[in-house]
Amino acid sequence: MSPTIYLANADVRKVARLARLAMSETEIEAARAQLAGIFELIAEMQAVNTQNIAPMSHAQDVSQRLREDVVTETDQRELFQTIAPQVEAGLYLVPQVIE
Amino acid sequence: MLDSSLQQLGSALRARKISSVELTQLYLDRIAALNPALNAYITNNAEASLAQARAADMLLSEGKAHPLTGIPVAQKDIFCAKGWRTTCGSKMLENFIAPYDAHVIKQFNNAGAVNLGKTNMDEFAMGSSNETSYFGAVKNPWDQKAVPGGSSGGSACAVAARLCAAATGTDTGGSIRQPAALCGVSGLKPTYGVVSRYGMIAFASSLDQAGPMARSAEDLAMMLNVMAGFDERDSTSLQRDKEDYARDLEKPLNGLRIGLPKEFFAGGLSNDVAQAVETAIAEYRKLGATIVEITLPNSRLSVPVYYVLAPAEASSNLSRFDGVRYGYRAPEYSDLTDMYEKSRAQGFGAEVKRRIMIGTYVLSHGYYDAYYLQAQKIRRLIAQDFTEAYKQCDVIMGPTSPSTAFKFGEKGDDPVQMYLSDIYTIAVNLAGLPGMSIPCGFGSDNMPVGLQIIGNYFDEARMLNVAHQYQLATDWHSRAPQGL
Amino acid sequence: MTWEIVIGLEVHAQLSTSSKIFCGASTAFGAEPNTQADAVSIALPGVLPVLNKGAVERAIKFGLAVGAHIAPRSVFARKNYFYPDLPKGYQISQFDLPVVGNGQLTIHVPASGKTAAYEKTVRITRAHLEEDAGKSLHEDFHGMTGIDLNRAGTPLLEIVSEPDMRSAAEAVAYAKALHTLVQWIGICDGNMQEGSFRCDANVSVRRPGSPLGTRREVKNLNSFRFLEQAINYEVQWQVNTLESGGAIQQATVLFDPDKGETRMMRTKEEAHDYRYFPDPDLLPLDISEEWKKQVRATLPELPHVKQARYVKEFGLSAYDASILTASREMANFFETVLAAVPGDVKMCANWIMGEVNAQLNRDGLEMTQCPISAQQLGGILQRIADNTISNSGAKEVFRTMWAEGGEADTIIEAKGLKQVSDSGAIEALVDEIIAANADKVAEYRSGKDKLFGFFVGLAMKASQGKANPAQLNEILKQKLAG
Repeated sequence: MSPTIYLANADVRKVARLARLAMSETEIEAARAQLAGIFELIAEMQAVNTQNIAPMSHAQDVSQRLREDVVTETDQRELFQTIAPQVEAGLYLVPQVIE
Repeated sequence: MLDSSLQQLGSALRARKISSVELTQLYLDRIAALNPALNAYITNNAEASLAQARAADMLLSEGKAHPLTGIPVAQKDIFCAKGWRTTCGSKMLENFIAPYDAHVIKQFNNAGAVNLGKTNMDEFAMGSSNETSYFGAVKNPWDQKAVPGGSSGGSACAVAARLCAAATGTDTGGSIRQPAALCGVSGLKPTYGVVSRYGMIAFASSLDQAGPMARSAEDLAMMLNVMAGFDERDSTSLQRDKEDYARDLEKPLNGLRIGLPKEFFAGGLSNDVAQAVETAIAEYRKLGATIVEITLPNSRLSVPVYYVLAPAEASSNLSRFDGVRYGYRAPEYSDLTDMYEKSRAQGFGAEVKRRIMIGTYVLSHGYYDAYYLQAQKIRRLIAQDFTEAYKQCDVIMGPTSPSTAFKFGEKGDDPVQMYLSDIYTIAVNLAGLPGMSIPCGFGSDNMPVGLQIIGNYFDEARMLNVAHQYQLATDWHSRAPQGL
Repeated sequence: MTWEIVIGLEVHAQLSTSSKIFCGASTAFGAEPNTQADAVSIALPGVLPVLNKGAVERAIKFGLAVGAHIAPRSVFARKNYFYPDLPKGYQISQFDLPVVGNGQLTIHVPASGKTAAYEKTVRITRAHLEEDAGKSLHEDFHGMTGIDLNRAGTPLLEIVSEPDMRSAAEAVAYAKALHTLVQWIGICDGNMQEGSFRCDANVSVRRPGSPLGTRREVKNLNSFRFLEQAINYEVQWQVNTLESGGAIQQATVLFDPDKGETRMMRTKEEAHDYRYFPDPDLLPLDISEEWKKQVRATLPELPHVKQARYVKEFGLSAYDASILTASREMANFFETVLAAVPGDVKMCANWIMGEVNAQLNRDGLEMTQCPISAQQLGGILQRIADNTISNSGAKEVFRTMWAEGGEADTIIEAKGLKQVSDSGAIEALVDEIIAANADKVAEYRSGKDKLFGFFVGLAMKASQGKANPAQLNEILKQKLAG
């Protein structure tokens, strides 16, 4: 049950990649040390017996409220795109996407 | 005027003894003088504030005033306010002009309140000292070498230093209560779902809750009356009848059962804080309350549980900051992935990145059950502890923070030490309960100490009553930092 | 030794709501880029999702239509990955607890070569609600890609089948049956060109009786033809690989319709780690028995039920019934025409499957675009039934109506197509013919029966084709008998 606390630089690199955070090798090494400390703190949880305990995702036991299927929003493209890094012809521009 | 309660300010405004423009200008001048040192605000916009003040004066002269009409309120820079720069304390949003109003902002606008400015905060509300703000740390007005607490440090400082009449904050793991305690002001985190999260930049969605920060429980009640209420744009907003949170303020406390969790008075608590809190409890006995010892056996796990759940939610919530539609984009990049990675690496500060990394890790394949699911299960155990406890008491009390405000840099580079400073506040967020902090004395360092009051679900009116009665009997809440 | 093909399909059906699944922006197709991308669609900081009741209703409808389990409580989860057309950096979908589970769909696989047509039941594992992504436009913007988020947040129902299909033909039959069904129950417009109905196919091969082989997922097949081509190509590729001693690696591949080939997108090792977790912004979705009952009441008679009824009640062949229930429009058309001439089932069926379908095909039109309404056609058939016009007259009315519009009676009048059913007039006409052709009459009466047709032809000609054929036959027979 208990996952290893040992964290390798490769694990940190993989996580940084998943999270889309550029990190130099020195940053990865520093992050590894800090994360290891945090995971040690977190590891305290592992000893707790939680059999038959339902996970709690929400503070209240309430069910989802539903919205009527009605269009309520109007076009605000101009306003929204004034804060965009790069737009053209109403489109957000990003470096070429290759599939 | 600066020490007046919201009630008094409202009366003065309605009696036209002072105009909202004059009052707003008074605060703006004070901000201009003190903010360079205290750094409580990230953004002020005198023109926008005064325009709102003029509109409020119109309403006041037409006799259409709401209790808060014309009163200058500081808004934590986590709330989107249309036309206002909204940074969330981050370089990522340094130039982000919000194109819409958060529900909370809308509520204040509808009440005719004046937005006095956007207060400084830990970046994306991640921090307990305000040191993670991209815009520099806020100073504690009681001692500028000490931290104001976080993440709502700017709001706490602004209230304490009389840089606003009242302020808003948000609390994910103690971000209203802890800075309120460290700056000697009152702050309330309502029951999860009472205040809409729409337009409040998300940190950990299942824990985030906005609330008021002010100089008294009475002021908090007036603020909460504006902030609380159902909002159809937030699925987690609760559909409940509108209530007047001030309705019970004057009730006597005879027969009130106060639960003291033994875990909150164990090791790790500083003597200064322990003493002040015990003195406060003694005061409550005098007011007619009885004391019950209770236990919250799983509360010791709240820090580890929180540091799994909050970063997990945050890692996902912060994925939208990708440099595509708004926010920071790195000036140079080789391709799409490089653009993402550089924009996020340069736009986010160290603590935010650290939490994104933790969250990404605990959610990733192979670790989900051991970390995330286990944390959610313990979360339920923690919530059940409170349910048990409330069979024996009406409110729970204890310290808000283990110590008074620590000095800048004191916690060093070890994030774990910083995380442990929220040990008494986090369980409340995990359970979704309402919690508040009120000033209850000073430590040997002459820094304020906060008393935490935790209520049962939807018990805000009773908590405010409990706090107000104490504030009638003591004057800790009306002390102001000197020599600013 | 032969190979067995194993196919499972994942179909994404865009639900036909007016607004998006988690916000009030319009879902209309073809708007100017990003004009339907509201604060939630572009994921501004601080915005939150609220679930669209119409989307849930459509999911329930689908579940009921395939006899599935409707989860009393289902949960929305976040699927995390970075892509420019995914503004939040995660897609809201369902993972552990989908809204629909365990259904099935009966498909008709048409005859091909030596194999006769057959029926088969495909199990549906689950169907879940999720949001669509935006679109990346790869036209050249100075070497950059343009992002349009109008489609982001459009509700999708992802329908996942069990790996029950054993040929491309079965996969296509299943996809077509699903395509018919979602339109039939009114939850999806089925427009494949606009991407309203998209298929991914999980394909593997194995030796019969062996455990399942390693599958490759073929993405984004937006026509039935591509689905068939892609599966056939993929199967051949896998068989060739295995037979030449290679192994199949689990992977996602894209079908290139221009080359008719599949090409690798990513292998399992490169697969995303989606970090699914329950979306804290959305609460569990509860569906009551009461709500299910209400939705069930709005469900139309389903295609397979209708088909069975046509066979049983109307005595139609299974084939005819399947054609007449190919779409809800077709079935409605048939039933409306039949209402005009109750009882004349065969005539209605023949006209629709014959004249109407032939004309539609010739003009390249869909049933919904048919220029003749069911009422109009019913008008023609009524005039056949009451002997006002002959069959050939009716065809002329039909052709005119198709080209120029108008009602049957007006066209019959204008063209003078009314049959002569006055027995006196026909008798007079027949008498005249008998008198003028005494030699042929004698031959007929001496046993040359074949001459009957000759007399019919003369009489028809004399009546300018308007004599009621049945009546004419009768009278002619009598008179010739002498």
